Amino acid sequence: MHEYSIVMSLMEQCEELALANSAKSIDQVELKIGILSGVEPALLAQAFDTFKLETRCHNAKLVMNIQPLVLQCRTCDKQSEVQERTIICPVCNSHHTQVIDGEDMMLMQLVLDT
Amino acid sequence: MCKDCGCSITQDHTGHHHGDHLHSNPQLNDKKTLAVIHKILDKNDVEAQHNRDHFASHHVTAFNLMSSPGSGKTTLLECLQEYLEQKYAVIEGDLETSRDADRLLAKGINAYQIQTGSACHLDAFMVHGALHHMDLNPIDICFVENVGNLVCPASYDVGTHKNIVLLSVPEGDDKIEKYPVMFRRADVVVITKSDLLPYFDFDIEQAKQQLHKLNPNVELFVLSVKNSDSMNAFAQWISANLER
Repeated sequence: MHEYSIVMSLMEQCEELALANSAKSIDQVELKIGILSGVEPALLAQAFDTFKLETRCHNAKLVMNIQPLVLQCRTCDKQSEVQERTIICPVCNSHHTQVIDGEDMMLMQLVLDT
Repeated sequence: MCKDCGCSITQDHTGHHHGDHLHSNPQLNDKKTLAVIHKILDKNDVEAQHNRDHFASHHVTAFNLMSSPGSGKTTLLECLQEYLEQKYAVIEGDLETSRDADRLLAKGINAYQIQTGSACHLDAFMVHGALHHMDLNPIDICFVENVGNLVCPASYDVGTHKNIVLLSVPEGDDKIEKYPVMFRRADVVVITKSDLLPYFDFDIEQAKQQLHKLNPNVELFVLSVKNSDSMNAFAQWISANLER
């Protein structure tokens, strides 16, 4: 249940950004959650709704875009998106791949009420 | 339930339109869309780098030990000193008690216990706090023994150089597939309690295959603290992976 600690960090970031942009409140928080980021979206949403009440996010809608893995293959040079938790290239079966996306959790966008 | 926002107002025929009122008077409601693109755990990551710099300035290599509770992290650390030339100390993370640190101290290994209360993982700030209580001068290696948990610690960089993930034979080879994030983050996977292999259906080949799908470059050791050859091989890996 580290989703609660993650939401605390997220709220802190949102508060700082709201303050820096002199926003009264935050209407929407948009996140990108990689499928290998180690966070459970449903638990994150629950934690967000619990913690937002006493922050500038109290009316905010949480939008979570789930990011599949994006692999750049070093063998066949193709880039592919995979939904499974594997880093094997689906085109040529090589394991010489680089994970370009799908391992991070990012705050992407805020809609501020200024 | 409303499809737009998940609120409990049912979508009836009278119409429940979110957002409409926001546009009714643009003078009063000034919306600003701010592109951010920021790691959520950015502050933790900055602190982690600070810890890494601190280790580096003392020529100490730090390893983060992660696994389920009871897979043998503390036992491995108790026994490793017989096989390792370098001196090490341990930062212990547990919800309660200082039993693990006490066990190590009893073996003459310097250890500092972090009690996380209810937190299921260590973060870079907790490790920073512990570093204030630890003299790095006499040591070459610092092990951070994370809270026993195969899920949450994987998301937090604590400022170590490499991740060691343990999986004990009684837990089963399927844990790699079940907890992919943890095994993806590993630099080395150590299958512990290998002396129990004859009594369990743990399939080393199956474990290797699953690991290969997630983390093809990871090193794999199969060891038991009762088998000195296997301990030696692991100790050699540690020595070969020190920061220079």
